[in-house]
Amino acid sequence: MTESSLIQLSVVLLFLPLFGFTLTLFFGKKIKGMFWFENFVIFLGLVGSIVLAYHKLSFFNHEITGEFTWIDLKSFSFLGAIKIELGILIDNISVIMLVTVYIISFVVHVFSIDYMKGDKRYNRYFAYLGIFTFSMNGIVLTHNFLMMYIFWELVGLSSYLLIGFWFEKKSASDAAKKAFIVNRIGDIGMLIGILMIFTNYHTFTFDKIFLAISNGHLPFDSGFWLTVVGILLFCGAVGKSAQFPLHVWLPDAMEGPTPVSALIHAATMVAAGVYFITRIFPILSGDALFVIAIIGALSAFIPATIALTQNDIKKVLAYSTISQLGYMIMALGVGAYTFAFFHLITHAFFKACLFLGSGSVIHSMHHEQDIRNMGGLRKKMPLTYYTFLVASLALSGIPLTSGFLSKDGILAGSYAFASITGHWLFPIVGFLVAILTAFYMFRLIILTFHGKPRDQHKYEHAKESKFAMAMPLVVLSTLSLFIWFTPNPFNPEAGWVLSSWVKTPELSTPEASRYAFMQKDSVVEPGGKEAGVEEPEMIYSSAYTEAMHHAHIPAMILSLLMAISGIVLAFLFYQYKKLDIDKIKEKFKPLYNLSYNKWYFDEIYQATFVAGTIRISRLLAWFDNKVVDGIVNGSATVTKWFSNFSGTFDNVIVDGIVNFMAYLSGILGLIFRKFQTGKVQTYIVLVIFSIVILLFLFKPF
Amino acid sequence: MIHVGLNHFLIVSAILFSFGIFGIVTRKNAVMVLMGIELILNAANINFVAFARYGNLGYNGQVMALFIIILAAAEAAIALAIVLNVYKNFSNVNVDEIDNLKE
Repeated sequence: MTESSLIQLSVVLLFLPLFGFTLTLFFGKKIKGMFWFENFVIFLGLVGSIVLAYHKLSFFNHEITGEFTWIDLKSFSFLGAIKIELGILIDNISVIMLVTVYIISFVVHVFSIDYMKGDKRYNRYFAYLGIFTFSMNGIVLTHNFLMMYIFWELVGLSSYLLIGFWFEKKSASDAAKKAFIVNRIGDIGMLIGILMIFTNYHTFTFDKIFLAISNGHLPFDSGFWLTVVGILLFCGAVGKSAQFPLHVWLPDAMEGPTPVSALIHAATMVAAGVYFITRIFPILSGDALFVIAIIGALSAFIPATIALTQNDIKKVLAYSTISQLGYMIMALGVGAYTFAFFHLITHAFFKACLFLGSGSVIHSMHHEQDIRNMGGLRKKMPLTYYTFLVASLALSGIPLTSGFLSKDGILAGSYAFASITGHWLFPIVGFLVAILTAFYMFRLIILTFHGKPRDQHKYEHAKESKFAMAMPLVVLSTLSLFIWFTPNPFNPEAGWVLSSWVKTPELSTPEASRYAFMQKDSVVEPGGKEAGVEEPEMIYSSAYTEAMHHAHIPAMILSLLMAISGIVLAFLFYQYKKLDIDKIKEKFKPLYNLSYNKWYFDEIYQATFVAGTIRISRLLAWFDNKVVDGIVNGSATVTKWFSNFSGTFDNVIVDGIVNFMAYLSGILGLIFRKFQTGKVQTYIVLVIFSIVILLFLFKPF
Repeated sequence: MIHVGLNHFLIVSAILFSFGIFGIVTRKNAVMVLMGIELILNAANINFVAFARYGNLGYNGQVMALFIIILAAAEAAIALAIVLNVYKNFSNVNVDEIDNLKE
């Protein structure tokens, strides 16, 4: 395949789901089997994306871009010539992401066939899945900020449609609104960032902006503004990836159908934020990265503590999603770019598997979501149990799974970062979250699948899901194993993903604004390297490469220890009941309450932002009602009074004169009418009398 | 012996004229009205002839009287024709009932 045919293929892949969406939406009501068409379209897309990825990864080393000028503003005297270009960027991370999106989308489609059976808006549901896939593909394939923003909003729209899919439920429509509004807050920052960039560079295209920055053309000519732009752009990712403090929408979004949670809130939509940061990584200055790392660490830690005490199976997974996304963001912030992207991919698979597994449980338990009413499902649903277990192991970071590889990389990255810069809080948070993750995942598994059934009635009705729902679970849990990513289960860098496909990009930021370890080595050591001996690839600087090298082994051992101790703790607490959970609850009552009530974020936001907004709205309403309306009403009164006066003048005086004239004419007419009898003889008499009178008057003789 | 002078003629003419007017005004029948007009014309004739005899009009008065006679003949012909047509349209010749132009 040539470059242009790859571009064409990717354009087709981009628009295929839109095609599916349009046809399914318009003909879904008439043709009952329209969802098969949507499934088929996504399957085609999956095949196409694999072909695309294969060709790109095997035969092309460089980025492929295809672009065209969308809007050409030739002569703006005060701006210069502006061309707004749209285009496609095919590089390694975009094709890998595209395949991931299509795989998840396809299995979710297949899973939904059974899961949503009997829903009254069955075909429309599939159409919405289609437009979601379309918008995600747009984000993945774009080569400029403008398209990124457009598709970013489309993702917001489709998540709104899907979260609120059962909009008859008040909680579902509220959750949809919440997701949309909270996302908007982040998007405002992103929009401002994009506009700042456009103001400075007159283009939206990534490459051109990166080039301009690496040539020393900074926004508003200062490194400070570069940091500001980076943080503003990051705001968008905070909203979309549900990072602290805008994470509150994601747990509520669990009101949507469960496969939607797998598609949007686990694997792809929230991945958009992380993907966006990987795209703009070269222009993030050291300060911006540090902010990103802090936000990431907070987002990893807080939801992990919340997940410990939640009783809704989907809520636990939702908080775990936020926590894992926080990991990725933190990894990006500490410069572990490749591991962040790697974790994005691996997490997508096992988190989708977990969500679909929970969907399978919920489906067979007749929409029971509370894990306190479950238990013992292992015997009833073995397939769901084992796939769920594999994915949980991956999430906890147990060897032989993909999650182990990527998580270990992230922890090693933060460890290396700390060993150079001295910010030890990042790895500590990372390891702490690792133990929490293992604990809450196995708490979930034990409460759901192990032990004795706590709701006997529902337990007896539970049964293993059918093929269409089981197959996706098996596929996804298989994809959570290490073998797809690397042949060596203990060394992520030995694998093809990290060794040849995903590379840390060349930074564009000026040297001075980077982290110290990201600055290029000033002294190139002369000699010492024999020709032909392949050096391990150097990232950033030799100091960092060194630190990373040393970090791997301790990080791996520590993370493994953490994961195992978390799992053991969970078993001690919930399976063997060696430790009394209630006693600990009592002992740490405030902490428990804090976690159980989700750190009171919703309440705080309710009390501050929501209540504040309402108060401001009330004030504005009062102002409108009293002052603005008062002015309007006052002027209306004056006008009315004046009109009344003018009306009276018209009616009485002007009309009076006119009517009087008419009346006068009428009177005269009445008088003269008497003479006009129509009888010639009368006229003659009158003429004669008049003549006689005239004769007497004028006396002509 | 009463001397017949201009005044007598004029008085006869005035009486004739008055009869004519009276006829025009009081009669309903269009033919009678025409006859009234005839009387008026003849009163004028008498005046012309009288002034020709006693005044200084000379033969002009006589000639004018002849003209009026001819004119009266022509007038009578046309007017009677009109009256005939009126009778055709309205089935009578009452001048006070022929008031279609009034409204």
